[in-house]
This record gives sequence, C-alpha cells and structure tokens, in this order.
Amino acid sequence: METAVFIVCAAIVLAGALGVVLARNAVHAALSLVGTLFGMAVLFLNLEAHFLAAVQIIVYAGAIVVLFLFVIMLLGVDRLEDLSVEPITGQRVLAAIVGLGTFGLAVVFLLTSDIGARSVGTLTRDITDIGQYSNLRQIADVLFTDYVYAFEATAALLTISVVGAVVMSRRMARGDEAQEAAEDD
Amino acid sequence: MVTASWYLILAAALFTIGAVGLLVRRNPLIMFMCVELMLNAVNLTFITFGRELGDIGGQVSVFFVLVVAAAEVVVGLAIVVAINRRRPQATADDLSALRG
Repeated sequence: METAVFIVCAAIVLAGALGVVLARNAVHAALSLVGTLFGMAVLFLNLEAHFLAAVQIIVYAGAIVVLFLFVIMLLGVDRLEDLSVEPITGQRVLAAIVGLGTFGLAVVFLLTSDIGARSVGTLTRDITDIGQYSNLRQIADVLFTDYVYAFEATAALLTISVVGAVVMSRRMARGDEAQEAAEDD
Repeated sequence: MVTASWYLILAAALFTIGAVGLLVRRNPLIMFMCVELMLNAVNLTFITFGRELGDIGGQVSVFFVLVVAAAEVVVGLAIVVAINRRRPQATADDLSALRG
C-alpha cells in the first residue's frame, strides 16, 4: 500500500514540477505547483509527518500559491511566454549539465550512505490518535523547549517580512512617484 | 517495500528540476516557484532523514523552513510588484539597475 501511494505521489510531484518549469503561462505553472505541493503533503503523511502534511496544504496551497496567483492576476502577466528563444547562448546546455551533476552527486551520496538503504516502516499509528506520542505532541515538545528562541525569532521574521512587504508594495504619493520616475529616466 | 532512498532520490530529482528551472526561466514569478520546488525537496529530505534517525528535529526543521519560505515569498512578491509598477513585464534579464 505504501509503495503504491509513493509511486502515485512521486509521479504527481514530478509531473507538477515539470509543469512549473515548462509551462508557458504563469497561471498554469502556479496550478502545477499546487499539484506538486499536494503530492508532497501525501508523501509527508506516508512518512508519518501528519502535522507538516496539514501545514503544507494550509500554508503552501492555501496561502503561498494563492498569493502567487493573486500577483499574477494583479500584474496581468498571464501572457504566454516564448520559451523557444534562449536568452543567453548555451544557457540551457549549461543548466542541464548543472542539473545532471546535482542529481548525480546527490544520488551517489545518498546511495552510498547507510541511511538510504534502511527500510521505511509501514504506517502503524492512527492519524486521529491524539495520545501522548502523537506527531503534533512530539513536535510541540521540542519546538517549545529546545527551539523556543528560534520559534520566537520566526515570529519576528514574519512581522518584519509583513512590514517590509507593505512598505515595498505601497503606492507612493503622486508627487514622489513622478519625481522618482524623473530621476529614473 | 519503499526504502528511504526512494524518498531521497525523489527529493534529489525534485531539487534538480527546481534548480534547472531557476537557471533557465526568466519570469521572476516562475523563478520563485522553482525556489519553492527546491525548498520542498529539502523538506522531504529532512523528514525522511528525521524519520530514519528517529529524531523529531527533522520535522521541526521543516517547520522553520515553511515559515522562512512564507516570509520569503511575501517579500519576493512585494519586490516583484514594486518592480512591475516601474517597469511592466520586466524579466530577470531586464533587472540590471544595480549593476556596477
């Protein structure tokens, strides 16, 4: 069962990833990204990371991709992009070499490590089990003890990023904008 | 039987696709999506290793990666919006205003 789930989800994940890279339309790329993220969430479930599977769907599919789509629609950049021209000569060949090198080295290191050969156990616990050793309890135990300073830092990071986003995307007053445009030209 | 190496190889493949996409595409939004793909690949690796080693720290790391990814997307898209206001339909090649 786990093997079947893995194979289906791996196919979805890889197809979605290729869709992101190959789509000419930015909206199609964003929708392919949703497929990848959903497949990844199911893989997280397969690995018994229940909390992260839920967070993956809520944060990525629910917030990040919606934000992407919102920006695409807002900017009106949903035109088709011509992928046949290569902006920099030889770029795609070099990118393919880099990609093959990355993949090859990663696979070699993973397969030669003794961790990779171990078997992943089957799902034994009930997802709805909220006992003492549930996934969520385990994460919370560690998050609010060992990693509590990092957790507080993420709160600061999120606040700073929100403020930064508001400041950057704020429409400037008319006078300032004309002045800056004049300086720009 | 699915071994951990299957998950790790899938993550490596996903990371590679994201990296190649980041290098090849010129639309800043698509490049952001490719970064998300790479982050997801790393998340899968974290969870797989965390599970193999019996350490919940892998999943906590993924939690932090998710938070940072959300912050990164917010700031990145704000930059894209700000750039598009000044130069509509700009690609990554057009954005050389900071060059020396």
